[in-house]
Amino acid sequence: MDKTIGDVAAAAVADIPDGASVMIGGFGGSGAPIELIHALIDRGPRNLTVINNNAGNGRIGIAAMIDAGMVRKIVCSFPKSKDPRAFTEAYLAGRIELELVPQGTLAERIRAGGAGIPAFYTPTSFGTELAAGKPTAEFDGRGYVQERWLKADYALVKAETADRHGNLVYRKAGRNFGPLMCMAAATTIVQATRIVAPGEIDPEQVVTPGIFVKRLVRVETPQQEEDLNRAEAVYP
Amino acid sequence: MTDISDIKLSNAQIAWRAAQDIEDGAYVNLGIGFPEMVARYQVEGRQAIYHTENGILDFGPAPAPGEEDWDLINAGKKAVTLNPGAAFFHHADSFAMVRGGHLDVAILGAFEVAETGDLANWSVGKGGVPAVGGAMDLVHGAGRVAVITDHVTKTGAPKLVERCSLPLTGVGCVTRVYTSLAVVDIEGGRFVLREKLPAISMGDLQAVTGATLNLDGPVADLTVPEL
Repeated sequence: MDKTIGDVAAAAVADIPDGASVMIGGFGGSGAPIELIHALIDRGPRNLTVINNNAGNGRIGIAAMIDAGMVRKIVCSFPKSKDPRAFTEAYLAGRIELELVPQGTLAERIRAGGAGIPAFYTPTSFGTELAAGKPTAEFDGRGYVQERWLKADYALVKAETADRHGNLVYRKAGRNFGPLMCMAAATTIVQATRIVAPGEIDPEQVVTPGIFVKRLVRVETPQQEEDLNRAEAVYP
Repeated sequence: MTDISDIKLSNAQIAWRAAQDIEDGAYVNLGIGFPEMVARYQVEGRQAIYHTENGILDFGPAPAPGEEDWDLINAGKKAVTLNPGAAFFHHADSFAMVRGGHLDVAILGAFEVAETGDLANWSVGKGGVPAVGGAMDLVHGAGRVAVITDHVTKTGAPKLVERCSLPLTGVGCVTRVYTSLAVVDIEGGRFVLREKLPAISMGDLQAVTGATLNLDGPVADLTVPEL
């Protein structure tokens, strides 16, 4: 089994159609799969639903997707950043829909999506406006809010090392949403700095088992969102 | 009446006071912004382990400029370092630590805190782009949920109130408030005054507080070093 597409990110995202839902890993720039995002911008599907913790920063990555008019809706916890112009302008102009989800609820909804759990109860947001319209219940004297699973057509995730079976190891706090999104998408596409032969990753150290990964692309020298923004980069 | 701007504690001093209550070996989450300052005043001889929502336990201070690794950041997206014994984990595990009752202390900022323990700290409720991040998760699960804040707003309005007027972050979640004038516990739906600056009278303190300050035993002097 070899899930490697090669070194060309474009091939890995070539079938993502208009209207798709796309989970994108990363917390701010940490773990953001910039090369896969930019390959998707080159391809240019529209009307996308993007699921990410944030909503872009600067003129690259998810912000550049918004600038390119590709995003219909964002599901995120924190649509603010150092340079949130792309999202802010689109949102205030009514060009983009926002589903605001508390960060831990976002993570658990994605986990539940990948784990086949359609709904769960959490204390988070109980009694707040973000619980409006959602079922609530009391367990052992405390109030909880029912939240639904979250799944997607595609996930774009950045890993440090992959073997050809798709077993993954991440880099530092860049792990964040990666293992959850890999589980929750019908087609998970991973960019990895290194792709090694099966057996070269110690099975004890595997973070995401390959069953959750469909396609691998090697990006040997991945760019960091923060570095690009400090250089005032613009994509395309 | 005392002009409280002459006597009130600085943010650093409020952070220092909150740090005195962090036990050796505690697992602690500090909210982004002002609460991050608490880590600077860890008591000599005690070692707390700091959790950041994006997936690190036991991170350390910022690296030297130029040494940043942008995969190694905290919830405020600032570059951090690792202490020996640090661990990485994904977001679902990270918030399991939060909601699952595994943290000993969470210290957060506030727009308003009510005597019921309700907290408002995520939205000023008027248009713009709403953003919540981990605020609504962090108020649930930690053994103690403490707030550090100025006692009043920039315009002088009380931040300790009977009921919050701004959108809530959580209901009945705060257990202690460290302000620029006092230390106040929340017990049984009421504020209980524990410490106050010696320079302010009970009457003047009550006058800048939006709900009754109850007494339950002696009120200690709030004494903090110059920082």
